Amino acid sequence: MSRWVRFLVVAVVCAVMLFPLYCMLVVAFTPRDALFDSGAQLWPDAFTTENFTRLFDRFPVGTWFLNSVMVAGITTALSVTVNLLAGYALAKLRFLGRDAVFVLIISTMMIPAQAIMFPQFRTVIDLGLFGTFWAVILPSAATAFGIFLARQFLLAIPDELIEAATMDGAGQVRIFLRIVLPLCKPLIAVLVLLAFMAQWNDFLWPLIALKDPALYTLPVSLRFLQGQYDADYGGLMAAALITCLPLVLLFVLLQRYFVQGLARTGIK
Amino acid sequence: MSTSTQAAPAATPPTAGAPLPSSPGRTGPAGRSWRESLVGYAFVSPNLVLLVLFLFVPLVSAILMSFQDVSSFGPSSWVGIDNYRRLLSEDVFWRTLTNTLVFTLATVPTSIAIGLVLAVLLDTAVPARTVLRTIIFVPIVISGLVVALIGLLMFDEGVGMLNGMLAAVGIDDARWQTDGTLAMVSVVVMTVWTRVGFAMVIYLAALQDVPREIHEAAQVDGAGAVQRFWWVTVPMLSAPTFFLVVMNIIWSFQVFDIVYVMTGGGPGNDTEMLVTYAYDQGFGPTRDFGYGSTIGVVIFLLTLVVVVLRLHRERREARSGGVR
Repeated sequence: MSRWVRFLVVAVVCAVMLFPLYCMLVVAFTPRDALFDSGAQLWPDAFTTENFTRLFDRFPVGTWFLNSVMVAGITTALSVTVNLLAGYALAKLRFLGRDAVFVLIISTMMIPAQAIMFPQFRTVIDLGLFGTFWAVILPSAATAFGIFLARQFLLAIPDELIEAATMDGAGQVRIFLRIVLPLCKPLIAVLVLLAFMAQWNDFLWPLIALKDPALYTLPVSLRFLQGQYDADYGGLMAAALITCLPLVLLFVLLQRYFVQGLARTGIK
Repeated sequence: MSTSTQAAPAATPPTAGAPLPSSPGRTGPAGRSWRESLVGYAFVSPNLVLLVLFLFVPLVSAILMSFQDVSSFGPSSWVGIDNYRRLLSEDVFWRTLTNTLVFTLATVPTSIAIGLVLAVLLDTAVPARTVLRTIIFVPIVISGLVVALIGLLMFDEGVGMLNGMLAAVGIDDARWQTDGTLAMVSVVVMTVWTRVGFAMVIYLAALQDVPREIHEAAQVDGAGAVQRFWWVTVPMLSAPTFFLVVMNIIWSFQVFDIVYVMTGGGPGNDTEMLVTYAYDQGFGPTRDFGYGSTIGVVIFLLTLVVVVLRLHRERREARSGGVR
């Protein structure tokens, strides 16, 4: 196959891949009446930003957006911190029962979130967290997968470096902060992106754990809007666009790290 | 962990077992001192506490709940295997199980095959390669909810884009929302859309490891492109393929967002899946946590089977020496 034939094949696939996004974009800017009259057109006669103004007038979209930023931001900060700490200990510190702890942590990867949502809901209620951001943040903060990535990465850091620092009388906290952390930048980038993306996009658990519409994150608010709008796709697509745009932009900017992070998941 | 399965394949931890800890340099016979052990546990404990609190304890209580009559807030009472008996005798449960398996069979090979073809095409010199890769990858970073709403819009029988386009080629009024089979097709299409990029990325990474010399040698021996793909590339891709199959099966068992929003399990129960059914039982009007947990245990057991298969294979490969 010549390179142009290959290009053509992939370009067609890409056009198909872009089609759903194109639909979202076009409908978000299609006037409501036009949509009701003649259905969604691939190229509507008129464009409008009215769907957005209507959306922002009627609903606290800005608040939802900030909620998402806050929840995803705090989750990311917390999860990267605890995963790095655990990954460092499992890779570089010697302690009694370390291997057992590692196996224990790794085995949590096989617990499907969907299988334990009912008792998790009860736990959150028992802790008095139901309906708060912490109910969304804490259960997603510790991820065995994050620890796994962190440990794999840190295993590659030479022991001599740490031993030398120990000789010089540095404590573990100091070694971690001063020596290990600065070497971890690529790891941190990957962990940040994966954690942020997961939490920004998560739906099922926030749907369960939040009740006050003022605290909704974007995906939960989309579900709420779906009930309010009743097939007013213009408004829905405007909201959908606001939900996915930040991550798409982030991805386009930082795709190297995204792809690295994902490719790493396939590494044995 | 509350990663949404459709939206964020990346962050859904690979449920399959990871390799057992290899021994890093500083592993000695148990810790050198209590002090060092103490430091170690101080570093691990924030994580451990969260995992125990939000994963281990709930897992144990989910199993216990499945033997109880328990609603969301009220008291609970032990009912033995009643929930399981009810489950096995219920047509709806078998329907959801069948649907989940059909969904799995439809999505897994499709996503992986398309991903493989794209990876092979994009591994070679193609104009605008980076841009094309980016486009294929983008759906991965999009929330399952957004994917579902777009699906709803495209497959809408009244205003949807697809029926307009199909009408142009003479196919009138495909009943995506009222015909069970077509509804399943619509859900499968949107799911595959979100997964192709992941398969492509994994394969692209794996293709980097296929030594160029082997290809060149095969070419010298007169093997054509197709033959080289079949006899050189494919055998080298068996490990990533297995990984992708395992991951995709697990995601498929756990499908929720797309189905819940696009079809709500309908029409009838034609697209009802294990998780949407469990959700409806526990958080629907009956608030039956015991029964919902029973379905949860089924999801867990299905996942476990796949994980054990993967572990088994990994051990076999480790024994035969060749990991890749």
